[in-house]
Amino acid sequence: MSSPSSPMAPPRSFIWSRRIFLTLLTGFVLLPVYVMVSSSLKPLADVMGKFRWLPSGLTIRPYIDIWSTVPLARYFVNSLVVAGAATVLSVVIAVFSAYAVSRYSFRGKRVFTVTVLSTQMFPGILFLLPLFLIYVNIGNATGIALFGSRGGLILTYLTFSLPFSIWMLIGYFDSVPRDLDEAALVDGCGPLGALFRVVVPAAIPGIVAVAVYAFMTAWGEVLFASVMTNDTTRTLAVGLQGYSTLNDVYWNQIMAASLVVSVPVVAGFLLLQRYLVAGLTAGAVK
Amino acid sequence: MHKNSPGSAEKAPRRRPGRIRRIALPYLLLLPALFLELLVHLVPMVIGIVMSFKELTQFYIRDWGTAPWSGFDNYKVSVDFDAPVGQDLLHSFFVTVVFTILSVSFCWLIGTAAAVYMQDNFRGRGILRALFLVPYALPVYAAVITWVFMFQHDNGLVNHVLHDQLHITSKPSFWLIGDNSFYALLIVHVWKGWPFAFLIVMAGLQNIPKELYEAAALDGAGMVQQLRRITLPSLRPVNQVLVLVLFLWTFNDFNTPYVLFGKAAPEAADLISVHIYQASFVTWNFGTGSAMSVLLLLFLLVVTGVYLALTSRGRRTADV
Repeated sequence: MSSPSSPMAPPRSFIWSRRIFLTLLTGFVLLPVYVMVSSSLKPLADVMGKFRWLPSGLTIRPYIDIWSTVPLARYFVNSLVVAGAATVLSVVIAVFSAYAVSRYSFRGKRVFTVTVLSTQMFPGILFLLPLFLIYVNIGNATGIALFGSRGGLILTYLTFSLPFSIWMLIGYFDSVPRDLDEAALVDGCGPLGALFRVVVPAAIPGIVAVAVYAFMTAWGEVLFASVMTNDTTRTLAVGLQGYSTLNDVYWNQIMAASLVVSVPVVAGFLLLQRYLVAGLTAGAVK
Repeated sequence: MHKNSPGSAEKAPRRRPGRIRRIALPYLLLLPALFLELLVHLVPMVIGIVMSFKELTQFYIRDWGTAPWSGFDNYKVSVDFDAPVGQDLLHSFFVTVVFTILSVSFCWLIGTAAAVYMQDNFRGRGILRALFLVPYALPVYAAVITWVFMFQHDNGLVNHVLHDQLHITSKPSFWLIGDNSFYALLIVHVWKGWPFAFLIVMAGLQNIPKELYEAAALDGAGMVQQLRRITLPSLRPVNQVLVLVLFLWTFNDFNTPYVLFGKAAPEAADLISVHIYQASFVTWNFGTGSAMSVLLLLFLLVVTGVYLALTSRGRRTADV
């Protein structure tokens, strides 16, 4: 991973162009991050007037106020429950599907993979309203509340990450030698035993990568969250807009809240990103 | 061959159910995914298509089945480019096409350049790589809301730098309304999207055997030639999928413009998803909104089909 791709040292011009390019890019990437962090520590007067690169004084007041300006803790719990459940379910379902496609030949396999993958291109706007109607009708018919509930949002979000997850895990499972699970079958494991004792452990990086993707998808979705939640089930994606509908826009609080809701995903992503790269390398891009 | 339990060879008569189970197993494994895809994607899509043939206004929304059929009326209204509804849709379509071409190009270029520059190891590479992935990892709303703050007319960073510090503009500009909003949207979208291209290209580069570069270097090929002869051709299959995914995500994107502009997108940055959302939820005309969505889907299907046909020459696609 860290070995140079060429036995020769790269020419000086290359090194310089690399330095310039990467420096500019770092600036572009970091600018909003700097604004977010520095503004979240500014007193209100600093963010009301002209933009200042440096705060006139540092305060942690915004980090205290965000919890009372809007019910941020409730939104946080909702997002955590929805994204967590969607991730676990999506990964388990994707593992089953990918195993079937990778290890078995059966009629309809191609239709299945093409259909699932093509749902990725559906504009969300096309099925937003029908899905809303379906959830309401299921609720009326069976009493299972899907519309406005966290359950409905979980079901919706897990299907958003499913196509990519299945596609990536098929590639990943294909790279796990078949001999391994054949051996497990001969040793007396059932097909599911072979899946969970042999294939899944060998594909952990791919599975972690898929889990990261599923969590990020659910944590960041805005469109369905804004239509399918109510006051008690509202997630961060919608809840965060509460800060700017007030008469005074508390930009320091908005920045503090944005930072707080970003930390779990960004930290998790950065910790696990090597798995994502490894998973993509072995699976999707092969 | 595949025994389900040790010693099942002695129980020869029990083999038959075992085989049936083996035939049924893949379908059982696919069942949860299939059920959910049907519930959340395919059935709603069919209903959406049905709705596009109905006169579905707010009067019928409580019981949409009773809405009268309207044939192709919704489609006629959507593509009647002499009338306001059709004109607006066409305008939104062109805005989205230009926006998508620019955004995908920039995302791909920056992502590929960064990945290629970072192919060799150098000090700080690991940290830079993590840093570059931050925009991708940030939740859309948190990232975009920060840009909204930066683009503020009176207290934003962009006007402070351009006007107060560099004196490039004669007076502070508006970024989130008017013509500038297109560039604001493009900048935010590229900022958020290029790390995905970076991630995928980086993963693709790791599959190129080092021996290829060593052999090319021995033959006297320089960096540029190595890039043209080895790196880019090896990335072709990766790029084929990457560009398609970037295209579809960008064309369908709702989250970025919705958080950036709120419910009323400025005309210059009126992306098609937000446009249809407004056509449906602001005017409560769900039939026309559905017809527009179906047209959008048809367009995406045609583009994807043509794209795959053009780029798949000689590629084995049997598995996907």
